[in-house]
Amino acid sequence: MASTIWKGVIRIGEESVPVKLRSAVTDRAVRFRILDEPDGAPVEQRMVNPRTGKAVAYDQIRRGIETETGEIVMLDDKELTELEPKESRDIEIIRVVPKEAIDHRWYLRPYWLAPDGDSPEYFALAKALEEDEREAVARWTMRKKEYQGALHPRDGYLMLITLRHASEVVSAAELEGPTGRELDPRERKMAAQLVEALSGEFEPEQYEDEYRKRVEELIEAKASGKRIRLEPKRERKAPADLTAALEKSLAAARKERSVA
Amino acid sequence: MPERGEERGEDQQEGYRPFWSGTITFGLVSVPVDLLPANRPRRVSLRMLAPDGTPLKREYWSKGGKEAVETENTVHAYELDDGRFVEVTDEELEELAPRKTREIDLRLFVDQEELDPVFFERAYFLAPSKGANKPYRLLVSAMESTGKAGIATFVMREREYLVAIIAENGLLRAETMRFADEIRSPDDAELPKPKKVDKKEVRRFAKALEGLFEDELDPDELEDRRSRGIEKLVRSKLSAGKDVVKAPADEDRPAEGALGTEDRLVIDLMEELKRRMKGAAAEEKEPARAEGPRKPARAASKKSRSKGRSEAEPKGPDDDLESRSKQELYDMAQELDIDGRSKMTKKELIRAIEKAG
Repeated sequence: MASTIWKGVIRIGEESVPVKLRSAVTDRAVRFRILDEPDGAPVEQRMVNPRTGKAVAYDQIRRGIETETGEIVMLDDKELTELEPKESRDIEIIRVVPKEAIDHRWYLRPYWLAPDGDSPEYFALAKALEEDEREAVARWTMRKKEYQGALHPRDGYLMLITLRHASEVVSAAELEGPTGRELDPRERKMAAQLVEALSGEFEPEQYEDEYRKRVEELIEAKASGKRIRLEPKRERKAPADLTAALEKSLAAARKERSVA
Repeated sequence: MPERGEERGEDQQEGYRPFWSGTITFGLVSVPVDLLPANRPRRVSLRMLAPDGTPLKREYWSKGGKEAVETENTVHAYELDDGRFVEVTDEELEELAPRKTREIDLRLFVDQEELDPVFFERAYFLAPSKGANKPYRLLVSAMESTGKAGIATFVMREREYLVAIIAENGLLRAETMRFADEIRSPDDAELPKPKKVDKKEVRRFAKALEGLFEDELDPDELEDRRSRGIEKLVRSKLSAGKDVVKAPADEDRPAEGALGTEDRLVIDLMEELKRRMKGAAAEEKEPARAEGPRKPARAASKKSRSKGRSEAEPKGPDDDLESRSKQELYDMAQELDIDGRSKMTKKELIRAIEKAG
């Protein structure tokens, strides 16, 4: 179950902590295959040269980049190999920042780190990060690809969350929300009260991917020859009278609260 | 390269279209919004080429066949454990999308700090749609003053998402989240029981970490070094005229990963968001009218690039359907409930949309 994806060594200056990388997420997406209807066999994917209509064998495929000016620059294997990062087992810590300094939008995918062998250092590092409420920025090379991630203490363990590149994250600081006439203080107050009335604990287990479940049910039903019922769709508009809508919602939310 | 982008009138029209348009509801208050991406694709993506440099097309061939299978003759299927296939049509899948397709119903608000970043998958900005500026601002104000984030599920592109709605800087942001059953606990990952640690060891690590401490994240340290390396190589080969071929002019060929697109996308996304916020604000200045047609509140409508492309109006005749990507056209076809869309080529999609609109 819990397979190790990769083994590496965290390096912080002179210190080193050997670790094993394990996925912290399970992919539950329902994946479909494409069948060729006449014979019901899965189709095969081919890379085709549109000029000749012929499939190009994988070992003949070249790589390249298209420029803005409508040219293609071809790159050969040797050039691409030279661009590959050097192979290494090091997870290099390049920076340490306060816990909230890395905006959520940088995060890509979380991995658990397991200590590799008998490693008291592993738990000491997790504890050091946790106590100071810090996160570390790490860089490493895995299967000829460079990654960057946040080394994140969690439940006494270490987690490595891969991070997006700077060019992929849009700065929110440069943006401002829409402006308008001063909001009615009474409406503001009611809206805040409504938010409070609807407030509670976040229990992630309460949510299920209903759509995925339905797809799974559909597949199951079809596998055994049953039919599925359908539901209609509807749309909504912004309310004309905000105050009235707020008052009603607030009353409804409070009523629900008092019953519960 | 922003200065070059100015000359590229045609490409500028690409703009940003919302991924999804729908309604946030809290209580009985509805806030129609458009969802725009908050992340951009990677700077450089390599394309697969034939030995002569022609970009290759991905095709599906039947087993052992000699040419592409017609999409009309293919079907999606799920492979059961016993190797049998269950065929499922796109129409069946779309019918399964629950009726809240167009709704983000905020029934629960939680303390923003309570949200675990491990759940976050992808971020989007929410912009108020026509007529929604005031309730949008009201929701932002309520969330900012209480420090709460909204939690809901919604359906986008045939998938159900768990989403956290966060207010920041007067803007609403949606973060799609993984479902709890997608997250592995330390037990699931078979991590060993935590060991007692020596305080001295902890201090030693704290000291080592201290030397690397900064108050803020420096984005320059998270630069895409591989893309930079490829860009550098490509530029030097370009100026030397080595291994450079002319790209075929083929409209069906997406210009993905073209050099320079990144800067243009940044600007467009920024401008798009700013334009929308301004447009929404302008709308509120108009005298309130109970009935009658509203003027489209498009502050930047004089600009050539905003030919209404970025409005979330999939219906109606569109003069530049041709310039839209296949994915965009597919999304429009989905909005219009066009049968058999999944098997259509770009041209067929355009024809079908024109007919339906």
